[in-house]
Amino acid sequence: MRADSVPGPPAADGRWSNAEHALGAFGVFLLVAGNYLGLFVAPPERMMGEVGRILYVHVPAAWLALVTFTIGFGAAIGHLSTGKRSFDHVTEATTEVGILLNALLLVLGSIFARPTWGVWWNWDPRLTASAIMLLTYVGVSLLRSAVRDPERRATWTSVATILAYVNIPVTYFSVKWFRSLHQIQSSPETMNDTMVAILRTNAFAFLFITLWFIAWRRRLAAARDRLDSPPPLEIA
Amino acid sequence: MTEATKRRLFLVGALGIAGTALGAFALGDLGDDLVYYWSPAELIQAANAKEATVRLGGMVVPGTFDWDREAQRTRFSLTDGTVTVPVEVAGNPPQMFREGIGAVVEGRLGPDGVFRSEKVMVKHNNEYQAPDAGGNPRSTLVEGE
Repeated sequence: MRADSVPGPPAADGRWSNAEHALGAFGVFLLVAGNYLGLFVAPPERMMGEVGRILYVHVPAAWLALVTFTIGFGAAIGHLSTGKRSFDHVTEATTEVGILLNALLLVLGSIFARPTWGVWWNWDPRLTASAIMLLTYVGVSLLRSAVRDPERRATWTSVATILAYVNIPVTYFSVKWFRSLHQIQSSPETMNDTMVAILRTNAFAFLFITLWFIAWRRRLAAARDRLDSPPPLEIA
Repeated sequence: MTEATKRRLFLVGALGIAGTALGAFALGDLGDDLVYYWSPAELIQAANAKEATVRLGGMVVPGTFDWDREAQRTRFSLTDGTVTVPVEVAGNPPQMFREGIGAVVEGRLGPDGVFRSEKVMVKHNNEYQAPDAGGNPRSTLVEGE
């Protein structure tokens, strides 16, 4: 065993890479810039006034929660079709990062809803679907922590991740399929150009920070897996 | 059965269940049954709606908004373009409330044809725009403010 390594990972897998550093630094830079623009440069919203500015964080949190769970869905299929545990490390990472974004989405949405709609929460289809989304992925995470055998854990959580994913298109389309209080998706045609540009800036900020978190958490998952797995028997 | 075969069976099974469930949601035409609120026309049509607590949504008819701050009572009418229902809310309107905007109220239709509610929510559309030149955001909120 190498003296400098704790669980003895291959260096490329176990350490910060420059790409990861760059991703995180760029994401944080964009977030600071985007939030400055959103708070001080963007015009207030015609109907909502100053409170409309929460759009610049609420919407990226929603988008990236959906993107993160989609990456996890792909990785779960990857694990079940190839049996490679490296896919499961990605699923482990996206589940937790996705829960973080989903919780952020609900908190920001609630703060947005009180001064605009007049209520902190209601059970309209979009809000209900988003809350179910959070609960199901917390459930997937609990399942992961409940199974000890790594092979079974990977298989079972992959199946659970695929089943949980049903709700992601339902959440996205809920405002179109069902009559709800939440408005349907905006588009550049329905938005002020400055607002669109700032929203895009923050969306990329969230994207880079999310990928950074996923990469980070995936490394941790891989390192833990190596610690848990017994080394292969050496036959003399 | 090898591990790999088992895993693939799990994959096919999970995708099958997920796809069926999603298909049921997407094509199941739930849109007519799963509604967050009724339109004024649907409320009037439903004979058993009286005395039942429901949500009613529509556009606030311009010229009908009347807010009594002392009594904390708000009156306005909601319309879907064809049917208009007078609404009386025991409470103050949310900040974004104004005439011509979408609103959802929770309560019941009285025998006198007035919908009485204690909860009013404002529905924002998907437009995000800067205020008109020279205008204050929310200047149209409440007359006389």
